[in-house]
This record gives sequence, structure tokens and C-alpha cells, in this order.
Amino acid sequence: MERTLYGMIAEFNSPQELIDASKAAHDEGYTHLDAYSPYPIEEVCEAIGLHGNKLPLIVLLGGIAGGLFGYGLQYWTTVIDYPLNLGGKPFHTWPMFVPVTFECIILFGALSAVVGMIALNGLPMPYHPVFNAPNFERASSDGFFLCIEATDPKFDKEKTRGFLARLQPQQVSEVED
Amino acid sequence: MEDTTSKTTLPEDVPILAPGHSFGSVTAKISDVVLGGTQPRAWWIGFAVAFTLLQLLLVSIAYLFVEGVGIWGINVPVGWAFAIINLVWWIGIGHAGTLISAILLLFRQEWRTSINRFAEAMTLFALACAGLFPIIHAGRPWVAYWLLPYPNSMLMWPNFRSPLVWDVFAISTYTLVSLLFWYVGLLPDLATLRDRAKSKLQAQIYGLFAMGWRGSARHWHRYETAYLLLAGLSTPLVLSVHTVVSFDFAIGIVPGWHATVFPPYFVAGAIYAGFAMVLTIAIPLRRVYGMEDFITMRHIDLMAQVMLWTGLFVAYGYAVEVFMAWYSGSIFELQLLNTRFVGPYSPFYWSLIFFNVLVTQTLWLRRVRANTVLLFLVAMSVNIGMWLERFVIIVMSLHRDFLPSSWGSYVPTFWDYSTFIGSLGLFATLLFLFIRFVPMISIFEMRTLVPEAKLEESE
Repeated sequence: MERTLYGMIAEFNSPQELIDASKAAHDEGYTHLDAYSPYPIEEVCEAIGLHGNKLPLIVLLGGIAGGLFGYGLQYWTTVIDYPLNLGGKPFHTWPMFVPVTFECIILFGALSAVVGMIALNGLPMPYHPVFNAPNFERASSDGFFLCIEATDPKFDKEKTRGFLARLQPQQVSEVED
Repeated sequence: MEDTTSKTTLPEDVPILAPGHSFGSVTAKISDVVLGGTQPRAWWIGFAVAFTLLQLLLVSIAYLFVEGVGIWGINVPVGWAFAIINLVWWIGIGHAGTLISAILLLFRQEWRTSINRFAEAMTLFALACAGLFPIIHAGRPWVAYWLLPYPNSMLMWPNFRSPLVWDVFAISTYTLVSLLFWYVGLLPDLATLRDRAKSKLQAQIYGLFAMGWRGSARHWHRYETAYLLLAGLSTPLVLSVHTVVSFDFAIGIVPGWHATVFPPYFVAGAIYAGFAMVLTIAIPLRRVYGMEDFITMRHIDLMAQVMLWTGLFVAYGYAVEVFMAWYSGSIFELQLLNTRFVGPYSPFYWSLIFFNVLVTQTLWLRRVRANTVLLFLVAMSVNIGMWLERFVIIVMSLHRDFLPSSWGSYVPTFWDYSTFIGSLGLFATLLFLFIRFVPMISIFEMRTLVPEAKLEESE
């Protein structure tokens, strides 16, 4: 059975080494790369060229949809479908609709933040090639990894291995798909 | 139980993470409580007591379903009593969790890191207890879903002009958003448990909930955005929930309820009660599990300070209530004031002032804030005081209606007490299970406090 190569991974012991390595890889011209760390490191995201994401827009749209839904629900039920005369007050009592509209904005916004984050991250994904890397269980504890993927246009098994080795990692290994 | 550090150093000089910790030690210390297998004796004793009380709740509810709400002491005019007191009390307790996880995050208060996880869990469990009460109080709990707007064969909709319907939306949104916030915060820690699991079953179960989290920088990037947005959404939410709960009262015309001070006074009271409960849990927890390195005297001191400040807010609320009753010149408001001071339930009012206003003033003393035993007692006093506050607001206002012919009185029955005490059992049972199965402190956020994580400022 032939196994395809997913990429080349280097293991580091400290966040600073990972930041330096990510910068070096980015400067070297690698684009299909990812870093793995046990907690979020802003500098690593910057180093591998991650800027802004779509999440704030998704949440904004979710919140607007929630507001329209909440207000629309109340307007339709109390003004159109089941108008109930309470003490001669108008049917469209908009100040009384504010709390429910507000709660719907928050609910839809929060749901779109969580669902959006999970979906954009491609989760749930129980299997991923990078889990095959030696010592990878350290990535959720005290290990820092940089993986250059085989799909990168500059990827060359020997050259990439040499490049990663020059960054003085704990070890460099091939990750099989 | 007094901390030795407090004798030599001031609380503000104590670091929020004791020195000598590394990524590995923080991870091992917290995850071993869950993966280690054995729990300390205190856990077993606590769980046994909690589980017994939970059975009391189940018996009380079963009997309630058979007989109806007549088994409680409620009557006309006191139609709201223990069930609503407990609802408001539990919801209030829930507020500290979201305050710690969302508002303190936005204010970049790093000390929130070691207490946010169990405070959020506390929020969820308090909400579970709170949500139970209006449902069983409604009399026909099997049609509780009528509270929700859905197209039905009766062709009817909830009345959106009623604050009780706002409550349904506020509390259910709050529960859902708190659950999401808690789960998102847990995601990386579940991956840690998956990777450190000692058996295949553990790895599979935690792996299922971790959804294949692998700590990728691309994931962390979106994760941080999502977490921050959730905090931003939860901040107005937490302030709105107790505001809406206070509308249940403030929008009515009953003397003692119809007051504009209610929303801010309820929110402050909620945070006050919540921090009291966080301290009630944190003080024994850090001791039993030896978490003094993570929940330091600095945390304890800061939480006591938050309690003191919100306590002053609450005291101000009591003063405004008295002033407004007098200033309104309304005979009904003045009558209520008189009842509070010297009426049949006045001992409850004066105990409230004692537990909620006087005892809290001891927190001005550093000696009290640095002594965990005294602080635990103060927190218990606030727990009791906040329950009494709701008793005073609800029962005392209702038992003196406008016309003396509709005055009445209220005496709680055995089943009132058993349902309340049983709900404490439900809360504690869930809390003990949480400690057993989920890391009680956020591991990945603790890693950011480790000295190795502090990078050189140059870049």
C-alpha cells in the first residue's frame, strides 16, 4: 500500500522557537504551512500570514437576522395574526417588543459565532494526518510544532527537511497521510 | 486554614500564578484530577450528601405532580413564594460566572483565568435549578412548552407585552449562550484530556467532544475571534437577564415592586450573590485539591473586593427603596414600609439588613479578606441574605394587598423547604460531577500565565 506524504513537521520546545521558525518559513516563501501550539500565540498567526477572518461579519449578519426574526415574530403575532385589544392600547406596542428583540439578537449572534468558528475550522474532524506525527500529543500540552505541507509549491522532501533542521528543532519527521 | 503567605505579603503582591510552574506542570496538575481516577475523601462525602438531597428534590417533585401546588404554602394573595424566590436567587447566583468569563475578559483582568471555568459551570448549574422552579410552579409542567411561540392548534400566541414572556426569552437565551461559551472554552482542554487519556474509552469520549481539535494556528486564530465576540455578546446579555427578571416585579403596580431602581439594584445583587457563591465553592475547592498555586490569595482578595463593592450597591438599593416609599407620599408604599419595619415578617427584613449590609462591611478589613475561614462565613452570610432579600420583596409585598380585606399571610410548608433544599442537592450533585469529569480550571488559559509564555517585548 502506498502512502502519500502530507508534509514535514518540526517539533519545538518553546513558543519563542516556534515564532522564529514560523517567521523563517514564511520568509523562505512557504505558504502551505501550519503551526500547532497548546495555547493561542498571536505572533505565530502573524508570522504565517494570517490576518482578519470572516467571523465578525458572520456574527454581524447573524445578529441582524436575529433582530429581524425577534421583532418580526412579535409584530406578526400581536398585530397581524392575533391582535388582542388590551385596555385600548395600540397593537403595535414597539417599546414592549425591545427585550425579546434584544435577546434574539444575542442568541442568533452567539450561535453564529460558535457554529461559524466550528464550520470555518472544518470541525468536527476526528482524523487528521498531523495526528500521525511522533510526539504530537504534546501539541495539547507543552509541545510546539511547525508543519510544511506537501501541497506547497516550494515543497521538496529533502530541501524542506534540511530547511527545518536548520531551525534547530527537537526533531524533524515526515507526516504520512 | 489561614494562608501562610498572607501573613508576610500583601494580597496585591501575590502573583496570580505561583512561581515554578511550566506548561507541563500546569497541564498535569489540572488534568490529573480528572484522569487520575481516585478522588479525595471530601469528594465522596460531598457527593453522597448532595446526591441524597437530590433524591429529596425528586420525591418533592413527584409528590407535587401527584397533588399539585396546594402542597406548598402559597395562597391568595401570596401566590408567589418559595418557587419564585428560589428562581430569582438561583438566577442571581448564575450571574457571577458570565461576569467573570465575559466582562473581566474584555477588561483584560488576567486573574479571571483560574476561576472562570468553574464559575461558568456554576452558572449553568444555577440556571438548571432556576429554570426548574417556574416550570413546576406553573401547575401543569407537562405543558410548559406553551411558553414558547409555536404555531399550535389553539391558534394562540404568547403575550409579548408581558414581562413573564420576556423572562422566558431572557433565561433560555442566557442558558444557551452560557452553555456555548462554556463549551467553546472547554474545546482545547478536551483535546488535552483526549491526548493524555489513560484508557481507550476515556480517549474516545473526550475525543468525541473535542471534535478533533489539534491546536492549529489557523484554528486558534478563529477561535480567539469567536471567544472575544462571545464575550462581547454575553456582556450586555448578563446585564439584561436580571433586568428582565426585575421587570417581572417593576412593571407590576404592587407596592414595593413598582420601582425604577429595580433593574440596576437587581443586577448588582446578582453579581453580589454570584461572587458569594464563587467564594463558597472556591475556598474549599482550592484546599481539597491543593490548587492554592492557581487560585491564590490574590484571587480570593479580589473576589472579596468585588463582593464588597456590589454589596454597597445593594445597600444603596435598600436605602433608595425606603426613601422612595417615603418621598412618594403613597399610603400603600408607606404601609408597606411600616410592615417591613415592624410587621409580622419584620424579623426577615432586619436579618436581611444584618446578613447583607452589616456583615459585608467586615470586608473593608484586610485581615478578614486574607482569612479564608472568615471569608467563607461572610460569603455564606451573603448567600442567606440574598435569599432573604427575595423573600422580603416577594412575600412581604404580596401579603399586604391594597385593600385590608385582601390581606393574608404565608407560612411555608415542609414541601416548600424540601424543594428548595433539594435544589441545593441538584446544584451540588452537578458541581461534584463537573469536578470529577471536566478540568475545573481552564488549562490552556493557565498556560498563557506560565513564565515561558511571556515573550520578549521587542517584537
